[in-house]
Amino acid sequence: MSKTYYDPADLRKFGKITEWSEELGNKFFDYYGKVFEEGALSAREKSLIALAVAHTEQCPYCIDAYTKDGLQRGITKEEMMEAVHVGAAIKSGATLVHGVQMMNKVNKLEM
Amino acid sequence: MKKSLKARNNDLANTERQLEILSNGIFKDELSTFANKIKETNQFPLRPKKLEILQINLGYMCNQVCAHCHVDAGPDRKEIMTIETMNQCLEVIKKTDAHTLDLTGGAPEMNPNFRWFVEEASKAGIKDFIVRSNLTIIQANKKYHDLPDFFKKHNVHVVSSMPHWTRGKTDKQRGDGVFDKSIKALQMLNNVGYGKENSDLKLDLVYNPSGAFLPGDQKALENDFKKALKEDFNIDFHNLFAITNLPISRFLDYLIASENYEDYMHSLIEAYNPAAVENVMCTNTISVSWDGKLYDCDFNQMLNLKVNSKIKHIADYNEEILQNRDIIINQHCYGCTAGAGSSCQGVVA
Repeated sequence: MSKTYYDPADLRKFGKITEWSEELGNKFFDYYGKVFEEGALSAREKSLIALAVAHTEQCPYCIDAYTKDGLQRGITKEEMMEAVHVGAAIKSGATLVHGVQMMNKVNKLEM
Repeated sequence: MKKSLKARNNDLANTERQLEILSNGIFKDELSTFANKIKETNQFPLRPKKLEILQINLGYMCNQVCAHCHVDAGPDRKEIMTIETMNQCLEVIKKTDAHTLDLTGGAPEMNPNFRWFVEEASKAGIKDFIVRSNLTIIQANKKYHDLPDFFKKHNVHVVSSMPHWTRGKTDKQRGDGVFDKSIKALQMLNNVGYGKENSDLKLDLVYNPSGAFLPGDQKALENDFKKALKEDFNIDFHNLFAITNLPISRFLDYLIASENYEDYMHSLIEAYNPAAVENVMCTNTISVSWDGKLYDCDFNQMLNLKVNSKIKHIADYNEEILQNRDIIINQHCYGCTAGAGSSCQGVVA
């Protein structure tokens, strides 16, 4: 059986990080839980943001988790894909906007 | 049209095979059995509380073959309640302390004596008289078109399945064309007064996830359903019940075929909520099958796990003796105790 760096079953073990650093682990999970509660943004909106960020961070655990979370909330696949495009647009925009820095440098160095 | 597991001679039409799968594999060495889990909180054995709901299954015949159906219902299922058993049920309905009568199936309306039974049962004056209607039956044949008026006449509380407010998700779970027919049926129910704000004609929807995931927050889903159905189709309803799919019958078949079974069981167990055990529906319900046998719940009925009591048939019904029993449990019970819990009336915790 081939070994990979990522094992889908590891997502279920996420909570175990508290075993080697209980206080910090608990603080993280308390914070994490609080962030995703209904607030000025709905839990549904937060789930879609998390899905987009999961993709830009390219975290396979997060992608699995927030795809499932979206389905549980009744979020449609069209909504999910649009959220991923938002992430992709920001990611590509963030790359391209650096093109201005390149242009500035070229303009400065060239006669 | 698809066929039931039974008509396909599928291995999982055998309830013993289902129980074997649920008791072996990951439950041998990896996951805690349900019995051990509830022992942790001193909730074993599970015992009945006051009887509130008498749920009667009028037969497994249905005009639909839904992918997730725990009854394995379909047009090819011929098991339906006889008038003799119905009469035995009526005797019990007249004397039970239960405040809710809940008729289910299959499509209960397909039982040829359905209307007679509803007329007779409604005379008993039970507070809440539920018929679980799949909606499309109202559109299936001309003889069913007047069901909304019939329900209204007998002040029946209609509870109907609707897995999503979009056509694609609904049809994928329940069959091609189901969404459009369901919308039309809901509009017909609205037209006679069902589901309207302040109306006594109660119309509730049941949401089952259309895949290997658990239902989200019931209230949030209800809000989304209400908004979408109102905006798109001018449909009103009262409550949405979010019900978890239990890993039995056709849903178990789907979980295994899609290689989601182990992950799904893990999800149920991770979401285990001892508070939901307290109010799980088998503690306040008796389920009666088409042939009059008694069960702790509809799911135990489909697994052929009869009540642990000397009273095993509606003809011998004795509420006092029946209430003094241990409820039969197995790993499928995790489905009713995940998250906010799940019952035929939605969340329980």
